[in-house]
Amino acid sequence: MKSLLLIILPLVGAALAALWRSDRTRPWWLPAIGLVHVVLSFWLFLVPPVVAPDAWLGFDPLARAVLPAVSLLFLVCAAYAVPYLQMHAERSNRVFVAALLAMLGLLSAGHQARHLSLLWIATEGLTLAAVPLLHFNATPRALEATWKYLLVGGTGIALSLLGSFFLGYASLHGGGGGDLTFVALASQGAALSRPWVLAAWVLLLVGYGTKMGLAPMHTWKPDAYGEASGIVGALLAGGVTTVAFTAVLRVRMVVAAAGAGAVADRTLLVIGLFSMLVAALFLLGTRDFKRMLAYSSVEHMGILAVGAALGAAGAWAALFHVWSNSLTKGALFLSAGNIRRAAGGRTMDEVRGMATITPHSAAIFVAGMFAVTALPPFGPFFSELGIVRAAFSAGRPGSAAMFLGCLLFVFFGLTRLVFAIVDGRPRAAARVSGRLFPETLSVILPPLVLMGFSLWLGLATPDVLREAWAGAVAQLYPAR
Amino acid sequence: MNSNVNLLVGLAIGLNLLALGSSRLPSVIGAVAVQGMAIGLMPLLLESDFNWIVALVAVGTMAVKGFVIPVLLRRAMRTANIEREVDPSIGFVPSLLLGAGGTIAAVALARALPLLPEHAGSLLVPGSFASVLTGFVLLIGRSKAIAQVCGYLILENGIYLFGLLLIRTTPLLVEAGILLDLTVGVFVIGIIVDRIQRAFDSLDTSKLTVLRE
Repeated sequence: MKSLLLIILPLVGAALAALWRSDRTRPWWLPAIGLVHVVLSFWLFLVPPVVAPDAWLGFDPLARAVLPAVSLLFLVCAAYAVPYLQMHAERSNRVFVAALLAMLGLLSAGHQARHLSLLWIATEGLTLAAVPLLHFNATPRALEATWKYLLVGGTGIALSLLGSFFLGYASLHGGGGGDLTFVALASQGAALSRPWVLAAWVLLLVGYGTKMGLAPMHTWKPDAYGEASGIVGALLAGGVTTVAFTAVLRVRMVVAAAGAGAVADRTLLVIGLFSMLVAALFLLGTRDFKRMLAYSSVEHMGILAVGAALGAAGAWAALFHVWSNSLTKGALFLSAGNIRRAAGGRTMDEVRGMATITPHSAAIFVAGMFAVTALPPFGPFFSELGIVRAAFSAGRPGSAAMFLGCLLFVFFGLTRLVFAIVDGRPRAAARVSGRLFPETLSVILPPLVLMGFSLWLGLATPDVLREAWAGAVAQLYPAR
Repeated sequence: MNSNVNLLVGLAIGLNLLALGSSRLPSVIGAVAVQGMAIGLMPLLLESDFNWIVALVAVGTMAVKGFVIPVLLRRAMRTANIEREVDPSIGFVPSLLLGAGGTIAAVALARALPLLPEHAGSLLVPGSFASVLTGFVLLIGRSKAIAQVCGYLILENGIYLFGLLLIRTTPLLVEAGILLDLTVGVFVIGIIVDRIQRAFDSLDTSKLTVLRE
């Protein structure tokens, strides 16, 4: 019941917020619903419910291993949204608030979906809910980004539907009775028709990979993240992508049960390393610090795919990385939003010396950059270390070497851009716009809290979290 | 019964080629509308005994794919005051050749994949693959937003064709959900088309080139 409430509550909240009269008080719906959501999801996390094997929706071990991180990220972003929307009081926030809450409900649905079609419906809903969020600033650039997002994302989602149908047909061909829950599909095992399973895997990987932003289906990402506000970027990079990742994990389980696990892992490894490489190369070239975050997200999706390809140990580290990436990336997006507003620009040609104009946000931004490039003692260091160790123990030293090489290039790319923005003498125009958008506690605290979580994940990973990730791995990578 | 369905799939494949070869947007929209009607009719022909829910799904599909969306697209076309796709990135003759070659490849692919005996004689699988391919050619090869939306619709129609193979085994609840999502998706695309027109004064997505490295 509580697990259903995680979905229904934000959706009802979205409807009520849409009906709410006052533009000034409406944003408070976000932290209110977010707080209840966090309480509910951590309650379920600590006291996991028993999920019936044939349930379509449920707080199963995989949802338990991922959803609380998304819930936490949403609450912090919601707290940031209140001052953010007050700064943009000239525009109505009705659609923005409602779409954000709807997104939370659909994120909960996507993480808890144990049925092929429900998972697809939740992902499709997420795609659509993001449209008004991306278009909130209503500039021609935002419009262009939204159009590209919709075209690429819409095609991806269409292909994942076709892939779902293929998987359904594989089940039908193998004598299945039309039960499309992942458990039922996996229990059919080798009876699933192999050609259809492989075709389904390709389409579902391309489809959900588009939502994750794996290269070469990542083309919408720099545009969308570059134009979206910090909150939306953080939630897309830390929330929507994790739904797509868990979707890939659930499908991989079925494909592995059908006896094609080796093929699935090889494709995941190749696409993951390719994403990391593409991201590293683009990071060396980009001059826009919000697009930089998008390529960094492409890189981290590649890391997740590599982790998922490396068996149980790799998947455990990948789930760890979901937490550390979501929370650290959130801090980066929110502090980047502060910097962009105060600087009035977004490229290293227009922006410099932000350490004097927005000292706190710049400090968080630099710390977040070090965290996201896997510097100890932050969370990403330990999760990426886990993936490298899994690669060596799986007998793939070549992949580990390429993984580490990409991380090095990413480090060069990020430091180059971040220090160009933070250091130096600020431009005169930025001094004026910096006074227009001063750093208040309400916009500094949220990214700081997220950095705190990242540090805490690295220094003292709670045992209950480790056990939750191990539970999800046991669900997804059953020992033979 | 099966031969009627095959006839309609054949019609859909023919409309694919019409959409690929035509430079006039009204005829592309018309082709998509007729294709949507044909596809909406199919569940009724596939079910041997009359079923209210299937009938409802069929009528809904026909109404949305055959009327609502084409009307929205025509309105967008009129407000933008464009009638033709002028310089497609894949020309009309190459598009047609791709479509024709793709249809042949679709038939070959469908023969290579294992089908259940009751689906062996059906054109649903090759028709589905051919439409998906046509949709892709239009999405990639056209620069006008309306033509791209038409391509997306043909892609969706192809997916729907494949879904018909599963209509007996997948619960109808799921079918309804899918239909709703498709409707909303295209509706949103329609709104965006409208916005693009206002902001850029044209419906030419090849002008959307500010954002790049």
